[in-house]
Amino acid sequence: MIEQQHAVQSGQNGTLIRIAHLVKNYQLGEVEVHALRGVSLDVQRGEFVAIMGASGSGKSTFMNILGCLDTPTKGSYILEDIDVSKLTRDELAHIRNGKIGFVFQGFNLLSRTSALENVELPLLYCAMSNAERHARAVGALEKVGLADRSHHFPNQLSGGQQQRVAIARALVNNPSIVLADEPTGNLDSRTSVEVMEIFQELNRIGITIILVTHEPDIAQFTKRHIVFRDGRIRADKPNPAQRIAADVLREMPEIDEDTDE
Amino acid sequence: MKTLNIIRSAFRALRRNKMRSFLTMLGIIIGVGAVIAMLAIGQGAEYSVKQQISALGTNVLIVFPGSQQQGGLRVGAGSMTTLTEEDAAAIQKECPAVAYVSPGTRSGGQVVAGNLNWGTSIEGTGADYLEIRKWTVEYGEYFSEQDVKGAAKVCVLGRTVADNLFPESSPIGQTVRLRNMPAKVIGVLSKKGQNAMGQDQDDIILAPYTTVLRRLSHFPYLRQILVSATSPNTIPEAERQITELLRMRHKIESFDQDDFTIRNQSDIAATATATTEILTILLASIAGVSLLVGGIGIMNIMLVSVTERTREIGIRMSVGARGRDILTQFLIEALVLSLLGGIVGIGLGVGGSYAISGLANWPTIVTAFSIILSFTFSIAIGLFFGFYPARKAALLNPIDALRYE
Repeated sequence: MIEQQHAVQSGQNGTLIRIAHLVKNYQLGEVEVHALRGVSLDVQRGEFVAIMGASGSGKSTFMNILGCLDTPTKGSYILEDIDVSKLTRDELAHIRNGKIGFVFQGFNLLSRTSALENVELPLLYCAMSNAERHARAVGALEKVGLADRSHHFPNQLSGGQQQRVAIARALVNNPSIVLADEPTGNLDSRTSVEVMEIFQELNRIGITIILVTHEPDIAQFTKRHIVFRDGRIRADKPNPAQRIAADVLREMPEIDEDTDE
Repeated sequence: MKTLNIIRSAFRALRRNKMRSFLTMLGIIIGVGAVIAMLAIGQGAEYSVKQQISALGTNVLIVFPGSQQQGGLRVGAGSMTTLTEEDAAAIQKECPAVAYVSPGTRSGGQVVAGNLNWGTSIEGTGADYLEIRKWTVEYGEYFSEQDVKGAAKVCVLGRTVADNLFPESSPIGQTVRLRNMPAKVIGVLSKKGQNAMGQDQDDIILAPYTTVLRRLSHFPYLRQILVSATSPNTIPEAERQITELLRMRHKIESFDQDDFTIRNQSDIAATATATTEILTILLASIAGVSLLVGGIGIMNIMLVSVTERTREIGIRMSVGARGRDILTQFLIEALVLSLLGGIVGIGLGVGGSYAISGLANWPTIVTAFSIILSFTFSIAIGLFFGFYPARKAALLNPIDALRYE
């Protein structure tokens, strides 16, 4: 069912994100930091974007604004026809709940809480029956291949499995966009490719994904590269040679990852 | 987020730190338990004082010879010679607000029965004495108007006296010697216990006042006249009538002081009740302070918990929890702590009250009011002391919360 919905979404081609002249200034002690100095950008439905840049380039600030965790100082951010740059805290929370799925570098799962309950978490904050919430969470875990681990706690799962739980959590509310902030930063190379395979699979069925990374290898699995430097976009070009994670995995030597439970 | 889900996750969060949750609750448990136990003790004391005073008869007036305003004159009340048997008879006859009158006198002395003796107080009373004091005879009978008129050599023993003089046999029909006068025991009073001042009310012998006046003390004046009003409401009226009558009989000029004093039992009752009420409030306030300290404990632990779980708060916010969802979550955790503590505390308080009753032999009364009061109070404390930490959590910035290590 989830697949169908996304297929429909990808069918209606159009602009998902429209960002114009985005500026973000921070007050850090007595110093004013200009984290973003005028960023303009459109993202269409079904894109798979990598945002790259050195630390301090403004990509994290940009990601926070994109994820509605923060608001810009100036400029506009239109997500699905809603100008989210002017919303209140509660309204932003509502957008995060319904339209955005997060995947973090450090997984950010609730400890001592089962995989299933972690995936259910976003659904706790919207009106939904217990049965439907449960069914949706199971569905999301199936999609990342962890249906059989649904009652494991995060500390009983490998890093790759934990990140897959986090991806399931990001997908469970059928978001318009999945934001992944260095999702492979804490994973070994093979597991990283496995995670990228999941992202590619999700993108194939129509989910829009924006991924922040500083690893060019990882960026190679996406379709479009945006490079940040000093709070501005330095480069924005399609990736002509997208690598297919499934192929890469076939060539990689098998290591006993995911079997340590 | 549905309330039921929040409550469930609150229980889970508290279970994660069982020891800490229990210690936090302990503050509330002890506070609520102490409030309930202290109120029970206070109200028990209040009840028993009221009980003893009503046993004395709340509509009782006592007329003493001599004025309250004696100034520098030091005159023992017993030596006052203003009240006579005729005064008592006149009160009975002419005051409509008066129900019963019992002239009273007293004589101390050793009482001998066979080879046993006992020093006690010998009270001379009228035939209506028991009606006024609301006292009853356990065995035998009380002396009659006839006995009083004839100064009969009869007496009625209090339980303590009866137990000491006749430890193995029935005293009824036996003869005791009151000082040098032999008197026949015709009755034994029911047990009355201690009075509000701790005196043994059963250590007494009652005899017709005429007998005591004429055969024992050889003193023609009364020490007191015990009067009961027709009802508690007619006490002021009875007091006024008696005052008027006695002033007239004693020929007191309008500017002179009374040569008698009327004391009102309900005044004494009110004072005693007020004292125990103050005691109750005092005890409960001290216990309330411990409840307050328990509340501060909750606040402390909730603040620690918010700090520890900053990252969790960040995660919840990132997936769409609003500030108010986070606020509710932490508020309910504080509420669960204080509510559970309150329930256990009620058990402790009620159990403790019974234990005090049993072990220390104090009367305790656990009222629904005290349970509702302390339960409501513990909820209020949970809300009040939980609010600040919960608000602190709700106002966290999701980005900072997510980065918190």
